[in-house]
Amino acid sequence: MIPELGAFFLILSLSLVLIQISSLLIGVLSDSTIWINLGKRALYVHALAVILSFILLSYCFATNDFTVKYVSMNSNTLLPIQYRLSAVWGAHEGSLLLWIMILAIWIVAFAFFSSSLPKKFVAWTLIFAGIISLGFLLFCLFTSNPFIRQIPPPSNGADLNPLLQDFGLIIHPPMLYMGYVGFAISFCCALASLMLKEYTNQWAVWARKWTLLAWAFLTMGIALGSWWAYYELGWGGWWFWDPVENASLMPWLVGTALIHSLNATAKRGVFAGWSLLLAISAFGLSLLGTFLVRSGVLTSVHAFATDPARGIFILLFIVVVVGGAFLIYGLKASQIDDEGYTFASRESYLLLNSVVLSVVTATILLGTLYPLAIDALNLGKISVGPPYFNAVVIPIMAPLMIFLGIAPLARWRRDNWQITLKKLKLPLLGTIFFSIAVLLMLVENLTIMAVIGTVLSFWVIATSLTTLISKENRTSVKRLDGVIFGRTIAHIGFGLCVIGITLVSYYESTSHLKMEVGDKTQLNDYSFKFASLDDVKGPNYEGVKATFEVTNNKETYQVQIPAEKRFYNTRGMTMTEAGIDAGLLKDIYISLGEKIGDEAWSVRLNIKPFVRFIWLGAIFMAVGGLIAISITPKRVKA
Amino acid sequence: MKKKIFFIIPLALFFIMVGFLIVGLQLDPRKVPSPLIGKQIPPFNLLELSASKTFITNKDLPSTPYLLNVWASWCGACLEEHQLLQQISDLGSLKIVGLNYKDDFSKATKWLLRYGDPYNQKIFDPDASLGLNLGVYGVPETFLIDEHGTIVYKHIGPLTFEKYSHLLQQLKNNKP
Repeated sequence: MIPELGAFFLILSLSLVLIQISSLLIGVLSDSTIWINLGKRALYVHALAVILSFILLSYCFATNDFTVKYVSMNSNTLLPIQYRLSAVWGAHEGSLLLWIMILAIWIVAFAFFSSSLPKKFVAWTLIFAGIISLGFLLFCLFTSNPFIRQIPPPSNGADLNPLLQDFGLIIHPPMLYMGYVGFAISFCCALASLMLKEYTNQWAVWARKWTLLAWAFLTMGIALGSWWAYYELGWGGWWFWDPVENASLMPWLVGTALIHSLNATAKRGVFAGWSLLLAISAFGLSLLGTFLVRSGVLTSVHAFATDPARGIFILLFIVVVVGGAFLIYGLKASQIDDEGYTFASRESYLLLNSVVLSVVTATILLGTLYPLAIDALNLGKISVGPPYFNAVVIPIMAPLMIFLGIAPLARWRRDNWQITLKKLKLPLLGTIFFSIAVLLMLVENLTIMAVIGTVLSFWVIATSLTTLISKENRTSVKRLDGVIFGRTIAHIGFGLCVIGITLVSYYESTSHLKMEVGDKTQLNDYSFKFASLDDVKGPNYEGVKATFEVTNNKETYQVQIPAEKRFYNTRGMTMTEAGIDAGLLKDIYISLGEKIGDEAWSVRLNIKPFVRFIWLGAIFMAVGGLIAISITPKRVKA
Repeated sequence: MKKKIFFIIPLALFFIMVGFLIVGLQLDPRKVPSPLIGKQIPPFNLLELSASKTFITNKDLPSTPYLLNVWASWCGACLEEHQLLQQISDLGSLKIVGLNYKDDFSKATKWLLRYGDPYNQKIFDPDASLGLNLGVYGVPETFLIDEHGTIVYKHIGPLTFEKYSHLLQQLKNNKP
């Protein structure tokens, strides 16, 4: 009864979306407030139905109702309750329902907080949002209904993939989806402004905070995913250039370009066409990510169980939504006029950076789709791995970091080189000072890439701090303007993130060896002792726990680090739980490998300097984004 | 008029991409027939992935049916099939030759030390010289080779138990 009720609510929400779209359309075309209000009501009830449906699926998981096929495939009587609830989005069908629910929440939030905006603009935005909901609901109901029954039920469920039985995975997908789906609002706002032709610059003001919020969530989502991969996959990597990781990075990069371009459009009335294009692309890439993950066109560790029917459906949907959006853009964007600006102004730096970000995105997209394209053209078969991405992405990021430092110090509209250069004196000195200090510390093993990476990061941080004390910003700083603070914090975060990436990539120490209980070994300044080996038993797994005693040479540092090897019976999977002693300046990372012989184990010891900076930087960026939302720029050019 | 065409460019690019995706959807990345089926392993002379660093050529390959598994330490999906390979190797039913593809010597050795070594022989192919001749484009890939050294079957993507049983069946069918 409960699962049927869940399916019923899904169907109900589908009919409500149809009412929402049609009555809003009538309302917009006939200028009737009654119809528009009806459409909004339908939207609210639709969201309620979706949320109820989601709660009912969670209930099926909580009670382990194995007559529901999706539950039986992703749960087990031994699975702890928190993982049973997060198993709701552990596979394709449920995560799609989560996607639909988050979309509904975003749209309702927009409808609710947009009472001051022109009615027609809101109505068009909600029409486009309704079309997106409609597509996803049809997709869910026709190809991936999570409520399908399986009678007779199996005696026990197949259990949730052990990789996903983890705190990181409880929050990673919702965060990521909040980001992906949030870009739908900017997308719909962009289309609405194109339809009305009136609000080509104002839409940027209205869409700005929604985009920033989505971007902050996406930043956190990606960081959580990377953090999860770091400690749960057990090999200490934090980014693999996997097609699915790329699928989340691409909307992020375009989203980053979008928030900067939107600021320029909102403040100065420039780049209106460019902002529109970026808003369409950001959500388009989010949809493309969904397609890549769920259709099976690419092989990836992350890919869901695939079904060609699903692939065709999403592709069709992308063609309609994104193709339609680009068509509207192509027909109407040529009428947009931009304000003028000179070459050395802040506008040009912003444009330069958003172009660089778009180029990076295009390169990643190319690398991700290249094997597919080459195969489709029958030109042979190739594989694209991390070497390609590292080789192409890193050099493009360098100019980005240089201009990122200059832009906030340059003036809007017009500026000249000399004035900007004068303001850059202080940060330049700071950068040189810090760089020399760090280089002296690292002097024994310098690599040119590590030097470039750290120097550029210092440059970004130093220039960001300088904006806080620059003359132009003095009043804004006194008024605690969120935009200035948010930007500074986010830019510092970016600098920290690059420092982390650079240092951990070039100065990580690894030792891979065979150890028995009682063995001692030395890595850098630390000595590692394999102290003990115990059996452990969890609710749905068995395993061994090795404890290592780690001390540094001066004996000021002394910790015990447990590393585990777990065997999950139901799925027959072995998992490595790495032992990590996390520190701000370095992580000590121990993972237990295979048993060799009777007593010995293969063990990998890592010292990862500054790896935490990567995620710390991401947190700074997200927090910066949230602070920037709190205050909107007041000057708006119509 | 000229300006309008400029704004249509994104739409055009988008449809080119969709074209590729439509074709891509019909191609199963795990199921591409290899033109090498029925042919011999291309000649090669490469280093062995072992401490002794000796060379290995076609002559050194097993004279019984065996699996040629293409893997790399940078390949996440290789880990997925690793347990199965280990089981096959433990059972001793079929020899497995590993082709280490576009990899780093020390990283590859460490990977095997860490996750276990199911391979009877390991070919080190950092420049994809043999890999290219075998038409390797996605890692992992697994070739089934019979006792005459002829390629019988090629599987792209991680090997599964079902696939493995299917391979053994193929081997039986191939025998008169």
